[in-house]
Amino acid sequence: MNTVGLTVGLTAERIASALGGIAHESMTMRDGCPSYRIAPEQVIAVMTALRDRAGFDTNVFVTAIDRFPEEPRFTVAWAFLSTTHNDRVRVYTRIPGENPAVATITGLWPGTAYSERECFDMFGIDFVGHTGLKRLLMPDGYDHFPLRKDFPHQGIEPDRLYREWDQRRRDRSPLRSESQA
Amino acid sequence: MSQSTPPGTTRVQGTGATGARTTRTFEYAPGEVDRDDPLHGEFMELNMGPQHPATHGVLRIKVVLDGENMVEVEPVIGYLHRGKEKTCESLGWRKFFVHTDRLDYVQPLMNNCAYAMALEKLGGIPVPERGQTIRVLLMELSRVMAHLIYLGTTSIDLGAVTMFFFTFSERERIYTLLDAYTGHRMNNTYVRIGGMYADIEPEVAREVRKWLDQFPAKIDEFEAMLTGNRIWFDRNRNIGILTVDQCKEWSLTGPNLRAAGMEWDLRKKQPYSGYEHYDFEVPIGTIGDCYDRYAVRVEEMRQSVRICQQALDRLEKTRGAEFISDDRRYVLPPKGLVHSSMEELIHQFKIVTDMALPKGEAYHATESSKGELGFFVASDGTSHPLRCHIRAPGLMNVQAIPVLAEGRLFSDMVSIIGSLDFVMGEVDR
Amino acid sequence: MGSLKSADGHASDTGFFATQVDWVVNWGRKNSLWPMPLGLSCCGIELMAMIGPKFDIARFGAEAARFSPRQCDLMVVAGTLTWRMAEAARLIYDQMPDPKWVIAMGVCSSSGGMYDSYSVVQGVDMILPVDLYVPGCPPRPDAVIDSILKLQKKIERERPFQLLLEGDVVGEYDSGTKRFLRAPNHAVETTRSHEVLPPSGKKGRA
Repeated sequence: MNTVGLTVGLTAERIASALGGIAHESMTMRDGCPSYRIAPEQVIAVMTALRDRAGFDTNVFVTAIDRFPEEPRFTVAWAFLSTTHNDRVRVYTRIPGENPAVATITGLWPGTAYSERECFDMFGIDFVGHTGLKRLLMPDGYDHFPLRKDFPHQGIEPDRLYREWDQRRRDRSPLRSESQA
Repeated sequence: MSQSTPPGTTRVQGTGATGARTTRTFEYAPGEVDRDDPLHGEFMELNMGPQHPATHGVLRIKVVLDGENMVEVEPVIGYLHRGKEKTCESLGWRKFFVHTDRLDYVQPLMNNCAYAMALEKLGGIPVPERGQTIRVLLMELSRVMAHLIYLGTTSIDLGAVTMFFFTFSERERIYTLLDAYTGHRMNNTYVRIGGMYADIEPEVAREVRKWLDQFPAKIDEFEAMLTGNRIWFDRNRNIGILTVDQCKEWSLTGPNLRAAGMEWDLRKKQPYSGYEHYDFEVPIGTIGDCYDRYAVRVEEMRQSVRICQQALDRLEKTRGAEFISDDRRYVLPPKGLVHSSMEELIHQFKIVTDMALPKGEAYHATESSKGELGFFVASDGTSHPLRCHIRAPGLMNVQAIPVLAEGRLFSDMVSIIGSLDFVMGEVDR
Repeated sequence: MGSLKSADGHASDTGFFATQVDWVVNWGRKNSLWPMPLGLSCCGIELMAMIGPKFDIARFGAEAARFSPRQCDLMVVAGTLTWRMAEAARLIYDQMPDPKWVIAMGVCSSSGGMYDSYSVVQGVDMILPVDLYVPGCPPRPDAVIDSILKLQKKIERERPFQLLLEGDVVGEYDSGTKRFLRAPNHAVETTRSHEVLPPSGKKGRA
């Protein structure tokens, strides 16, 4: 399988020395990837340390897990890749379900803009400092957060926005073929 | 040019089609366009709408044009968002295989394999060697299929219509091979947790080898048409240049990163499914423009042919071996045993109704034709998946469109979109 | 001219001249169906394969696959339609000039397919009328060519002369099932629409 596991010990040392005094809790993962849990307030500090001191030069994904009805409800997960040292790391944090918010890392990696927008779109997590945090996959007027566990799979009134648009289209169209069918 | 750039203005140097450098000053910061100011002339807001022949799927790009120069570019996605990640939570791990095909639908088997490998990592399920070899063969065939689509569609968008027919003719040959092996031309869903659904027959392997023998000559034909072609060169050289640092900032991987000059291929650096046993090279570009991306992908097709040939050799050697794991917690037993043995019947029942993966999280990354395709799977120990996040390389490729396109001529947009190579199925999921 | 009002009346009721005009017009229309490929997802790839060299639809007259709806008459909805894309699809359908036909290619456009989720339209006939549904995920290009041939047979049964005399036609929308029922082309009704009915003197019911 992956040879990542062979360097896990070295990775952990490097990350520990890069993070220095910032509180982080090491987690064991089923795929052997070095993973750490941090406090939500430490996000920028930890990511900056990982990028500048530990050599993790690219972000792989930013995603969230909804653990409803546990509190804190959301787990936000970041994954990074170091092309220079050929290893990966994942960073987790837990944020509450009421007004979930976490700092943005678009200042460090502009490429996380879409991933954070997607988390906002799907879970409603606010990324503080993200310019242009709007919906990515769902239409702009949509008022639910689909990937939350209390949202049904088939959706709530999925055709509402289309029907409103359709009504406006019929109202302004002079053609019978467009206004009635 | 001795003029200094006043604060708040940007000097953008465009490259004309023939390589002549023109300088044009835009007197605004990129992203802040004051359209009401009459001194700036009229900006035209153009919508390269969700239905467009050259956007490779349902991608909408809002472009603000100043004459022929693109001032602001904003991609709008979500027109193919089918709710796949939510579907995984509702359906369950096994039933989601069918949905993984439709993610990057030009290389269905690659997505299947990536998802299966993520689940195998989560469950700690080893795949027998023959299963891994068949997977490598199918993944490389999928890579060739995806690159053929890239070549065909990008060429037809830029006007080289013949390439579309040539590449689709080759794709039809691969479809015939896959039809013979899996029963379906595309969206095959032939991978299972622990291996493959069924073994590859010697007749099919022979046909694959025949196709592999004649394919490099076809690649030569494609190159004869495009590589030295003046028009192709002018439309792609020095357009859409991405440096390695930019790629890392924007999370671009795959051919885009390799064309920029970085030797990063997960099949070599973090091998999976037995890739460490295969002998192949990784092509790297120099400048990172559209032409380099084209050259990298064409060379990757040649290397994929090499890998496929080696995979077929290994398959011949391991004929008759197991192609799927026999871990009965996750792998269905053979039907004959299900009908005759009680224990296998119970296994079948349990797997089909509520197969649970152990609690925990895993992420597996594969090198797909677009970049790093990964599945981040989280399970809470029950039969309902907790989370399945699809790390799609296409999303990052779409994100890079404004980076490359702003400030350029509008006709370069087509080259840029084609060369970044994304498929909306995985961008929107 | 005979009775022009009966919905299931036969073509011969309208007279010899009308029948001949119908035949010529239908012949011209069915042999030059220019598709508007609304290639949305995987079926779009099979649609491209169909336009490609092996399953050439140019031999059926459907060569000019223009992406501008103003120049096409056959809209092939190939792929999953989401509610967000539905607005664009409806606009494109409206922009197509009459006569127009719609083929729902694949199960996603016929009925939502395997996606019963919060963002997928459960069948493109929720927003526009469809003439032919082609099942498959994706359907083989042969199946779609077969459907174009069936559409040609369906077009043969139309009565454009009567349409000309009657004027503007509006499609039917069933608000109970929330589906568009029949494309407004006045094709002769049949009970078994999968069979081709010969244009004989009989009433048209088998």
